[in-house]
Amino acid sequence: MKEKLICIGNGMAGIRTIEELLKLNPEQYDITVFGAEPYGNYNRILLSPVLAGEKKFDDIILNEEQWYQENNITLYTGHTIERIDRAKRTVYSDKGISLKYDRLLLATGSSPFIIPVPGHTLPGVIGFRDIKDVEIMLDAAKTSKHAVVIGGGLLGLEAANGLLKQGMEVTVVHLLDSLMEQQLDKAAAALLKNSLEQTGLNFLMEAETAEILGDTKVSGVRFKNGEEIPADLVVMAVGIRPNIELAKKCGLYSERGIVVNDTLQTYDPRIYAVGECVQHRNKLYGLVAPLFEQAKVCANHLANLGYARYEGSITSTKLKVTGIDVFSAGNFHGGKDSEELIFQDPSQGIYKKIVVENNQIKGTVLYGDTLDGAWYFQLMRDGVDISAQRERLLFGQAHLGNSGHSDDTNAVAAMSDNTEICGCNGVCKGDIVNAIIEKKLFTLDDVRSQTKASSSCGSCTALVEQLLAFTLGSDYSATPKTKPLCACTEYPHADVKRVIKEQHLTSTREVMDFMNWTTPDGCHVCRPALNYYLLCAWPAEYKDESQSRFINERIHANIQKDGTYSVVPRVWGGITNPQELRKMAEVAEKFNVPTVKFTGGQRIDFLGVKKQDLPGIWEELNKVGLVSGHAYGKALRTVKTCVGTDWCRFGTQDSTGMGIKLEKLTWGSWTPHKFKMAVSGCPRNCAEATIKDFGVVAVDSGWELYIGGNGGIKVRVTDLLCKVESEDEVLEYCSAFIQMYREEAHYLERTAPWIERVGLAEIKNKIVENADNRKALYQRFLESQKYAQQDPWEERATKGVAQHEFKVLKDISTQQQELV
Amino acid sequence: MVNRINIGTINDIPKLGARVVQSKQGEIAVFRTADDSVFAISDSCPHKNGPLSQGIVSGHTVTCPLHNWRINLETGEAIAPDEGCTGRFTVYVEADGQLFLEI
Repeated sequence: MKEKLICIGNGMAGIRTIEELLKLNPEQYDITVFGAEPYGNYNRILLSPVLAGEKKFDDIILNEEQWYQENNITLYTGHTIERIDRAKRTVYSDKGISLKYDRLLLATGSSPFIIPVPGHTLPGVIGFRDIKDVEIMLDAAKTSKHAVVIGGGLLGLEAANGLLKQGMEVTVVHLLDSLMEQQLDKAAAALLKNSLEQTGLNFLMEAETAEILGDTKVSGVRFKNGEEIPADLVVMAVGIRPNIELAKKCGLYSERGIVVNDTLQTYDPRIYAVGECVQHRNKLYGLVAPLFEQAKVCANHLANLGYARYEGSITSTKLKVTGIDVFSAGNFHGGKDSEELIFQDPSQGIYKKIVVENNQIKGTVLYGDTLDGAWYFQLMRDGVDISAQRERLLFGQAHLGNSGHSDDTNAVAAMSDNTEICGCNGVCKGDIVNAIIEKKLFTLDDVRSQTKASSSCGSCTALVEQLLAFTLGSDYSATPKTKPLCACTEYPHADVKRVIKEQHLTSTREVMDFMNWTTPDGCHVCRPALNYYLLCAWPAEYKDESQSRFINERIHANIQKDGTYSVVPRVWGGITNPQELRKMAEVAEKFNVPTVKFTGGQRIDFLGVKKQDLPGIWEELNKVGLVSGHAYGKALRTVKTCVGTDWCRFGTQDSTGMGIKLEKLTWGSWTPHKFKMAVSGCPRNCAEATIKDFGVVAVDSGWELYIGGNGGIKVRVTDLLCKVESEDEVLEYCSAFIQMYREEAHYLERTAPWIERVGLAEIKNKIVENADNRKALYQRFLESQKYAQQDPWEERATKGVAQHEFKVLKDISTQQQELV
Repeated sequence: MVNRINIGTINDIPKLGARVVQSKQGEIAVFRTADDSVFAISDSCPHKNGPLSQGIVSGHTVTCPLHNWRINLETGEAIAPDEGCTGRFTVYVEADGQLFLEI
């Protein structure tokens, strides 16, 4: 018989936990949900837009009754659980239902705190918490005039804004001298107050409420200083109190909230708790993002998987008042060891503050221009060392080495509808905006699949995200979530990689089974990624799964638009000779190659080769020692060189020799994305080493090593890693860098964005400063190369590998002729 | 009249892979999925004629190698939001693993 799971609380945290659980294992439990409110689950954070008249209640329903039915969940709405008997594992509702559980989930949420001043129980005094409160406010707005909102925090201001929009005269009363003190510093709060006053809100600052006036209903508010103001409606928004009475009554240990561990279990391991009623590592959360993170971990444990841990959330907030952009995250007040970076433009109403400690972002407050909030938040959460980008940080992500793409939101707003946003797929601004509105798109992935914008090279991703933010306004959640690897899983790249290592998973099947993939055998996004992560983790053990590779890597040639292929032999360091050239010419003639072209990486490209001719061409090329150039792979591509001291009168070192040594050492290596190198013989840098993934520039006293360059989508000049003296050091540092990239970057992440994500300091630390770590990386690279350096062309041309790829299954055309 | 032509055995096609049959109707891609179902569709994506036989197979779909359109192997239709359809052929597996194409 199935175990019984009871969820007390029909709100966002509880239901999200159940949704996560159903994704992991829909059959495990008989599920019952008790909710005190008479509705299905709705999106509480969108109550403000409902109050402001920007949305209807129906728009914010998350789970209709039908959803509960479809998932065989028994739902009791309008039932309050009065008692839990932990010995009998039974819960009792106020309407006489009693039910046994095997596991219990408490998601009782919180209640608005009502200040117990005289008159607080009068009709017309409410909190701002649920749909009932919103209905009272909307009714009040129809018949009466004066509203007083007590509390100038996030919720209070959203309530005030909504009531104002409904035509009431609204006064916000705040105990302190600065609004939203939990989220904003004084400078930003002053700007906010100013903008809100311009919309018509009144403020009474540093005012302490003494009494709510009125006989049968509210008529006014009196303050400690004796001042009185009229009021037909009083909204108390001074804070929330976790609902922990039920837990306390049954003896569950609670402090400010119900205390839970990292798997969201209370002191009774059969009882879990999530959401606003919870106290985890001494913190309480009232925002939605942490609740969802808790839900995921809790579901993972309920499903008996138990490999997820909740370690607390760093939160960010956005004020949902249309037309006012505020963002804050982390510790924005700073401490004695922190510094503040501040940008202020009062006449434009822009204020940005970033608190930095030990070269990491600890907090941020943005007012007026919040576009980079998500980016700062990501940098903060990942603990990225920002020293390299410090002087440009306040100008935003758009200003970081982004030539060719100017992306600032105002520019997006000003663009005409026929401005092309996605150059790969020819998608214009108007197409995207229309799709967002008509098809109700909310995420980048939605836009990608519906319009194709940003689905190819990805260089317009920032523009598309800005269009989303610009079109959806406050509905667009800029809070960065950890992005799942693909639609087949909930888990991001980092989790998948970690689990592969920890659990010693050695096939894509094992990964998909262990991590509960939602599709039977993945998709074209996750399978190549898993294949790469597995071969990187277990070079000796893992058997490459060719069906999980993109066609180019499966048959070691590049597919072209007409279904033919291109062939690029390896030309070590770009140095060839008459014998090789003669053979290449012969091959081109013998196989009628339509186009022969020089590549940017000093190689020769044969284009338009038929698939069945590939093994024949390879066999011929092999005869003079020409092997696969891996121009088709997420792999070590080319090492470009200049002639250096061999010929050049300016050369300082043997750059071609160095390039050839590097290429001989590193060829055959699979990497998260393509990897290009170059060696220049002097600082004139004719080999263009400073836009390569790994670039070497010779100087008289040795070699300068550069990393993270890119000459493609987004031009990025390399960062200097360090300078070394000997060729052996170049080889060691290069190998260590490639190996670190192989192990730590996400699949399909080039070195340039990877370095910007983790920070240059992190890489210098692990490769330059920590010699032991560098040597360990070098050894791991050499070990993995043992299994990588076989010429895949030779294997297919003469050793009989994968012959089915190059032959048709059957030609039935003549047979068809006879049969007719 | 429909002809029934032997085109090989199921083991000639790798799991999660495809092979091509040449016919008077052009190239036909014959797929074998993870559950050992076999499907035959025209080897030409409705988008820009990409060779579907070269795509990554998952579930009962294939992703075109040129621009990542996904095609339902059961119907030959592109998966929304893409729109289009490629020719579908009947293929079946005998108990001994022999494959027959109806054409």
